[in-house]
Amino acid sequence: MNTISIEDKLAVNKFDIDKDVHIRIDEDICQTCNHHACIYVCPANCYKLSDGRITFSYEGCLECGSCNVACDKGAIDWTLPRPGFGICYQYG
Amino acid sequence: MEQGFDAIVVGAGPAGCACAYKLAKAGLQALVIDRGKFAGAKNMWGGAFYGAELLELLPDFLEEAPFERYVTRQKISFLTVEDCLSIDFASPKFSQPAPHGFVILRSKFDRWFADKAQEAGAIVAPGLGADDLLWDGHRVTGIKAGNDELPASAVIACDGANSVMAQKAGLQTELSPEDMKQGVKEVIELPREVIEQRFNLSGREGMAWEFAGSCTQGLPGGGFIYTNQDSISIGIVAQLNALVKRKIQANDLLEGFKSHPEVARLIEGGKLVEYSGHLIPVSGINMMPELYRDGFLVAGDAAALVLGTGLILEGANFAVASGIAAAETVIKAKEKGDFSRESLSTYQKLLEESYVLKDLKTFKKAPHFLENPHIYNLYPELACDLARRIFIGDGQPRKTTWNTLRGSLKGKASLLQILPDLWWGKGAI
Repeated sequence: MNTISIEDKLAVNKFDIDKDVHIRIDEDICQTCNHHACIYVCPANCYKLSDGRITFSYEGCLECGSCNVACDKGAIDWTLPRPGFGICYQYG
Repeated sequence: MEQGFDAIVVGAGPAGCACAYKLAKAGLQALVIDRGKFAGAKNMWGGAFYGAELLELLPDFLEEAPFERYVTRQKISFLTVEDCLSIDFASPKFSQPAPHGFVILRSKFDRWFADKAQEAGAIVAPGLGADDLLWDGHRVTGIKAGNDELPASAVIACDGANSVMAQKAGLQTELSPEDMKQGVKEVIELPREVIEQRFNLSGREGMAWEFAGSCTQGLPGGGFIYTNQDSISIGIVAQLNALVKRKIQANDLLEGFKSHPEVARLIEGGKLVEYSGHLIPVSGINMMPELYRDGFLVAGDAAALVLGTGLILEGANFAVASGIAAAETVIKAKEKGDFSRESLSTYQKLLEESYVLKDLKTFKKAPHFLENPHIYNLYPELACDLARRIFIGDGQPRKTTWNTLRGSLKGKASLLQILPDLWWGKGAI
């Protein structure tokens, strides 16, 4: 059986993407991080490690808060998208 | 008497809707806000609702509620990479005198529940989020939502696992990854008759199916399948800190689970229609915040009122029960004209008298016990190995079941390893 990528899964979801970015990361702190927990706990692949740097995209965020709980370096400034924006589950 | 609402309920999930419904029925002015475009837009779960609360609270529930199916089959399976050993339990007692469980899709259900609260007289305001609390000294006096300040005699935080309100009230401190599990889920559309054939169901019969073993690659957690009317909910729950330690995403576990030979055939030909993720507070009473302060109460996931025993993981019934208890507390406080901490302590008493805190106390040691990796690798492997030895005919003389069990254990586990698990398990689950 072929596996489906997270990106393809997110593509079937309904999002109302806000122009305001609701999560910020402190890249300087991420540079010194020894576990990069965010990469593994984000179910939406919002965090990526490329060339030793963490990059972040917020559009596919499922608003679970896992990154905020798992990051113990204080590098993630996590808020929720503005009301009415973000993931909009049709099934849940 | 304060100006403003008697109560503002933050979050229109099961706790918030139950609370607002009960408040409105008693004639109190209640506002429910939710940051979703509609109630339920941000909510996901496995999932099924168990218990009588909804039937008791909502007289029209069975006729009107948009649930998917009744839970009439309950199945538990132990997986190895190749094998699957299942217990499939069906009983007419599941449906008599009233159904005990309902498979529900939250986006549809929560919206309906919020509508019921509105019909009862509550004001439901989706698309509105609480950014902060209003204070008068030590007393919470309302919420800030965007540029608006909304005063209320009581604020009830029903805003879920990442409760911003409980943190702003100073009741919940930072959450720890040891205390949280992550759930990821796919909803896979299939024709109704195909679902009924594959799961041995008819009409509104439904199945709740839990898996332990290779589906989480030995990490604390499990897999689940729930049958909706025209789709299957399939997902994985895994301990958050364990994902980091193993350097694996829950979605990788989900893909592995879906490709297990016994699972793949169930979803074959289906169409993915939604992918979702959520956090579950799983340390129960060990992580429960203080439940109230002056003018403020916490209910549902926001208060970590979730029960995990290894065989079940339930939160929505605790959410509804705590939402109702919060409403009863606020109704009494309004009668007395006293929303102080002392007056709201009724909430704690009500929860202690109900199954909510009784269950969480009974299973106080379960969260720690359930971190034992043997549950997720050793025992599913032993169970499947034993079944294989018992059922496979290989032309060799048969051994007694006891000696077959000894054969299964040999090289895998000694009694010295298993006895402590049994001992601790006896007290924990």
